Amino acid sequence: MPSIVIIGAGPAAVRAAETLVRAGIRPTVIDEAPVSGGQIYRRPPPGIVRDPKKVYGFEAARARRLHRAFDDLREQIDYWPDSVVWSARDRELGVITKSGPRNLVWDRLILATGAMDRVIPFRGWTLPGIYTLGGAQVALKYQACVVGERPVFLGTGPLLYLVAYQYAVAGVKVGAVLDTASARAKRGALFGLVTGGGMFLKGLYYLAWLRAHGIPMISGVRPVCAHAGPEDAVRELEWQDARGSLHRTACDSVAMGFGLRSETQIADLCDIPFTFDMSQRQWMPTQDSHGRAAVEGIYLAGDGAGIKGAAAAELSGERAAHALLHDLGHARSAKNLEALNKRLRRFERFRRALDEKAFKFPIDLAVSADDNLMVCRCEGVTAGELRHAARKLGVTEFNRAKAFTRVGMGRCQGRVCSPAAAEILADTLGVPLEAVGRIRGQAPIKPVPMAAFLHGAAS
Amino acid sequence: MTLFDVAIIGGGLVGCSAALHLCRRDASVVLLERRYCGSQASGVNYGGVRQQGRHLAELPLARRSRQIWADLKTLVGADCEFAATGHLKLARSENEMAALEDYAERAREFGLKLELIGSAQIRERFPYLGGAVVGGSFCAEDGHANPRLVAPAFARAAEVAGAEIREGVEVLQATHDGHAFELRLFDDTVLRARRLINAAGAWGSTVSYWFGEPVPEDVMAPNMCVTDPIPYFLAPNLGVCGGDIYVRQIRRGNIIFGGGVGVADRNQIKARPLADITTQAVRLAVGLVPRLATAQVIRTWSGIEGVMPDGLPVIGPSETTPGLFHAFGFSGHGFQLGPGVGAVLSELALDGVTPTALDLFRINRFQRPHEIEISTPGDATKLMTEPVPARARSN
Repeated sequence: MPSIVIIGAGPAAVRAAETLVRAGIRPTVIDEAPVSGGQIYRRPPPGIVRDPKKVYGFEAARARRLHRAFDDLREQIDYWPDSVVWSARDRELGVITKSGPRNLVWDRLILATGAMDRVIPFRGWTLPGIYTLGGAQVALKYQACVVGERPVFLGTGPLLYLVAYQYAVAGVKVGAVLDTASARAKRGALFGLVTGGGMFLKGLYYLAWLRAHGIPMISGVRPVCAHAGPEDAVRELEWQDARGSLHRTACDSVAMGFGLRSETQIADLCDIPFTFDMSQRQWMPTQDSHGRAAVEGIYLAGDGAGIKGAAAAELSGERAAHALLHDLGHARSAKNLEALNKRLRRFERFRRALDEKAFKFPIDLAVSADDNLMVCRCEGVTAGELRHAARKLGVTEFNRAKAFTRVGMGRCQGRVCSPAAAEILADTLGVPLEAVGRIRGQAPIKPVPMAAFLHGAAS
Repeated sequence: MTLFDVAIIGGGLVGCSAALHLCRRDASVVLLERRYCGSQASGVNYGGVRQQGRHLAELPLARRSRQIWADLKTLVGADCEFAATGHLKLARSENEMAALEDYAERAREFGLKLELIGSAQIRERFPYLGGAVVGGSFCAEDGHANPRLVAPAFARAAEVAGAEIREGVEVLQATHDGHAFELRLFDDTVLRARRLINAAGAWGSTVSYWFGEPVPEDVMAPNMCVTDPIPYFLAPNLGVCGGDIYVRQIRRGNIIFGGGVGVADRNQIKARPLADITTQAVRLAVGLVPRLATAQVIRTWSGIEGVMPDGLPVIGPSETTPGLFHAFGFSGHGFQLGPGVGAVLSELALDGVTPTALDLFRINRFQRPHEIEISTPGDATKLMTEPVPARARSN
């Protein structure tokens, strides 16, 4: 029996696993989290029971269905929770499990590696008390913790309003929701957004709810500075409104995110060629219309293959599994592929309206960073150092900037800083974003404690 | 068409240093680098600046190079994080300690002072060492530097001094037409020069082959790792007898270590670390310095290095083509030598001679191995003190 491996246990991975199991295959599912669900449907740790309605809101039924689907599969799959895929080469994965390092050889691989927030640095962004939107949301969903008692939500994208809503519903006093996208852009996107149907309506509901509860929501904002209090943690967020007036909002935490970026490091280590995605402003692993990667035997699904949201992820997970089955000779999968693609196409217009019109990535904010603003927090690299490398050291490409300035060289390997750093480089050089390339993926894709390599033996 | 005094193939540390030294003597120089200066072995190696433990035949060159390292700031305008923190080579058995003692005595003839430290003292002076260590040999002059910065710094200084540094330019073929060298470039343009330096690293044997000098050059990819920063405690650059692990800490706290080799593909120009080798290196590093168990590995990397069968580089004039000079195949320990080799090449290209001993590095030693003994001062077998670990070592 061929070794079929799925990386991830979010909506895409769960549906992929389910589809494979139905076809009589026993896949291995490797996931970083201790419990399945991915980031979006992250479950409380074992031993904590919470009402799904409270944790997931409108998505409770969908979350429950997904969790049940996965739980039903447990006997029919090999499940490696708490396991980090830290390296990948040829047909072998290096995995750190609770019991030590293990290698796993695959014949077919489904990557459902998800996404994380896109961050844009601004003055004070590294102060304690500043989180990503995703981080703030995970704290709430996973352990019913909040990042603060009076948070401000900053950034752009649907997640901004969703997380603000979830915090407010949980009883937290939300200081403000500050959106860098303009009100006009959102109105202009209306036609496209309507195609989202239920998703659009839910969005409207969150907005209406926040408004009805008196939570200030401002569009066309630019963050100016996060000011620290006596304990060096954030105490106030200074921002500029669309007319240019400055404001200060008291807070004890800030959750920020400017849309999402796909997690593509494993795809990179698997040598999949990348193509630039203008809409997402990110280099993405190349795939065909059924999620087959440009390397034989690898399939891509979910937000890791392109940001389309959780509902689309379930479909693309199923599609990846059918593409795989089709390649194994399962004739019936061809029909499913077309049906799934038809359903997935419905998301496209909505997604484009979100990304390209309503909640555009604020490039101007990224490129207007002051020279002394720290862009790469792992290595303490400033915007000025990046510009100097581009202007004076002959740097024309991201990895060369990394070699000279250390940008993206630290713990996060550029997962946090590279979107903004790439914009700054491209702007300084006067070239389109794709011309500066992308930061090369290197193992380990996430930091691995030396001690984790010590116990057990590599099989 | 411009006729350059010297064309250099390869923008590694050797080529960039040669360019700078040639320009300082007013030669007109063009350097051709397929990618970026210092993007393979020169830029991705461990960063050891080490004389200790070298094949004795390399010591005159290493001694000369060490002087250039000391003057780096003056020469290229930056110290490239070079720090003479000392290099401590450790023995994990009595046999190994005896080998260190033997080496120290031989190295003294070359002016290299090594301090031998026995088991009683070693833990007192270096309390962080693990239990397997029985002693060591300390070279105070040695240390480490940041390899990512060195070759580009030489390239920039050479450019300021007048060299034409052309990155992203691949040389497809080089010939000598009886009057000058002719280099055909990737865009089908042609470039001419009176002298040619082959500093093409892992691809050096391709260039030598063009001139009828095939040599058995293999490739390797050192398996390098780095941790997140931890409090600074480890001053010397650490190595061991056998070379299976080497560890250093930089001032900002990161631990850099390596051991074993990953995979190198010379044709695809791609090198990768291997998961199992990284795992092994972590275990060896923690064995050597147990407190490293608390650090986290944040990155691994590799690059392509040329390796000769005897672990020694090819340095010197071509045997077939006057005006052609080779310097490649540094076999995993060229970083410290690089600046000195550039100086030597500038002398060879402009004067035809160099005061630095190069006899054992002749390119024809592979076709006619008996000549090695003829041209070697002293006993060749005696010089071979440590031929084994070349493949598993990177500076």
